[in-house]
Amino acid sequence: MSETKRINKRKNKQADEVTRIIKSKSTRRGDMVFVIICVFISAICLIPMINLLARSLSETDFLVKHEVYLWPKGWNIEAYSTVLSDPKYLKSFGWTALLTLICTLLSLTMTMLCAYPLIYEKLKGRGIFNIIITITMFFNAGTIPNYLLMKDLNLLDNPLVLIVPSCLSIYNMIIMRSFFYGIPDSLRESAEIDGASFFRILISIYMPLSKPVMATLALFYAVGRWNGYSDALMYMKDKRFYPLQLLLYNILNNINSVEVATQEGFSTPGLADSLKAAIVMFSTIPILCIYPFLQKYFIHGVTLGAVKE
Amino acid sequence: MSAKTKEQKYKAPKQHVNWKVYLKRYWQLYALLFLPMAYLLLFRYVPMRYVIIAFKKYSIVQKIGEMPWAKNHGMQYFIQAFHNKDFINALRNTVMLNLLDLVVGFPIPIIFALILNELPFKRFKKTVQTIAYMPHFLSWVIIYGLAIQLFTPTNGLVNMFIEKLGGEAVPFLNEPTHWVATYIFLGVWQSFGWNSIVYLAAIAGISPELYEAASVDGAGRFSKIWHITLPGIRGTIVTLLVMALGNIIGSGFDRPFALANNLVMKYGEVISTFVYKNGIKGLQFSLTTAVGLFQSVVGVFFLLFANWLARKLGERGIW
Repeated sequence: MSETKRINKRKNKQADEVTRIIKSKSTRRGDMVFVIICVFISAICLIPMINLLARSLSETDFLVKHEVYLWPKGWNIEAYSTVLSDPKYLKSFGWTALLTLICTLLSLTMTMLCAYPLIYEKLKGRGIFNIIITITMFFNAGTIPNYLLMKDLNLLDNPLVLIVPSCLSIYNMIIMRSFFYGIPDSLRESAEIDGASFFRILISIYMPLSKPVMATLALFYAVGRWNGYSDALMYMKDKRFYPLQLLLYNILNNINSVEVATQEGFSTPGLADSLKAAIVMFSTIPILCIYPFLQKYFIHGVTLGAVKE
Repeated sequence: MSAKTKEQKYKAPKQHVNWKVYLKRYWQLYALLFLPMAYLLLFRYVPMRYVIIAFKKYSIVQKIGEMPWAKNHGMQYFIQAFHNKDFINALRNTVMLNLLDLVVGFPIPIIFALILNELPFKRFKKTVQTIAYMPHFLSWVIIYGLAIQLFTPTNGLVNMFIEKLGGEAVPFLNEPTHWVATYIFLGVWQSFGWNSIVYLAAIAGISPELYEAASVDGAGRFSKIWHITLPGIRGTIVTLLVMALGNIIGSGFDRPFALANNLVMKYGEVISTFVYKNGIKGLQFSLTTAVGLFQSVVGVFFLLFANWLARKLGERGIW
């Protein structure tokens, strides 16, 4: 792995070198304009996060006096220690993490189960299955019919409502199916001749070969669950099972009201500000730590989804 | 294996299907499909049965079949919706915000992809990409949290900066017109990097020979972009435009709900939030189901129309 990385690095360097030699002076000046534009764009993307980080780490006095811009003033981790010692927040964090794990595993399994049989041309009724799937992409019954279904299934206020109804995304299924199509037929045909069952072929040929697409879809599903709050908002009244984002939404919107402020320990002015920042920061960190490492994969995944249909 | 033997293999069972033999061999595939299909039927098709309450007078105690039909041949709730000022307002806002998103947000990923493609240093390009994809992974609640820290009148970063320069604080989040601008900006901020991925892939698919030939002919940077890159990704642009046009009346829930507040409801209320407030909170199930049905049906028509238009223009469309 590191060997290929080093080779790639060298290749990149060589390519850069070549372009530098070939290009004329005026083109290079033009390149610099594009570099500057890109630095500017990156800054726009990063400044909100940097500002947030600075505020979460600042002394409350400086926040009240409006002196904190992009660098924390008077280092202070009180906000983080307050958040970390709040059992309500920690519980929600843990619950959301667990929920995300379960949802990701379940969704990946469901996606695989749906995508794999559909690549067999000899599967009878494949056309019908495809029609059943495609219709759901174009027509959605709507918010209220879905709500009434959950009600009739007795899923309201049941933690399962955050897991089961969203456990298969057709868009992601299409990405996986496109990836499966890319695996040579001859592999599975030879396995079939050797007497392997279809289930066995899935487990020992398709699954090991599709790690990249699995990683991509795991990221998509995990991010979707970690960031989602509308299902909990609509189907849940029980605050014990609120996912992190919904708790965060309530905190961001109620923080100024006196009752909540005293309840949650937001009584000090200024601390509220840095506390809000710390909570938002803390809720983002898990995803920000993961996505850069999967970049290579998800770019490929998005492209697969766009090319097919 | 040659193509001919393959064909024979597939055609053979078609002539007289022996289901017993066929299923004995292929039952596993159906078994694997069972769970996903059961899921789709239960969670995607069964809800369609409930759509009928748009034409009926909903009551909690009765079953769907027993509910009486609504007045005016079942159209009572559609008529009621279009006499409802709040709904008309939400409909207008949905279309307005989506159109603004389209006009402002659609070209930016294309331009960004073109800029990235011109960058000379690979490592730098990759870093910029990583940074630009970051906002896509933030939830709308978190983006709302970021927006508060940036845009509140008294202590938001942007307003602190404006006041330091001697200007007056701008109510980015609390005044309807400014809120619309903030809403659109945050939407573009969140999605431009992610949406550029598809265009970058399309650009990567253009044959390098075209660029070399153009260089030999003395084409400059911008004439290469104009005459090679843009025509090369025309198909992708049209496809994505069709999808965006098809979604002109659609409305996600997370973004408007997280970003709006009571002060900006004049422009901040869209169909999805209207349905949530009047349906799930207000228990007017028949009215809001009618609204949802209207939205779905109009959405499908828009998609069909946009696809037809794309085909008329000589592109592939989306099916």
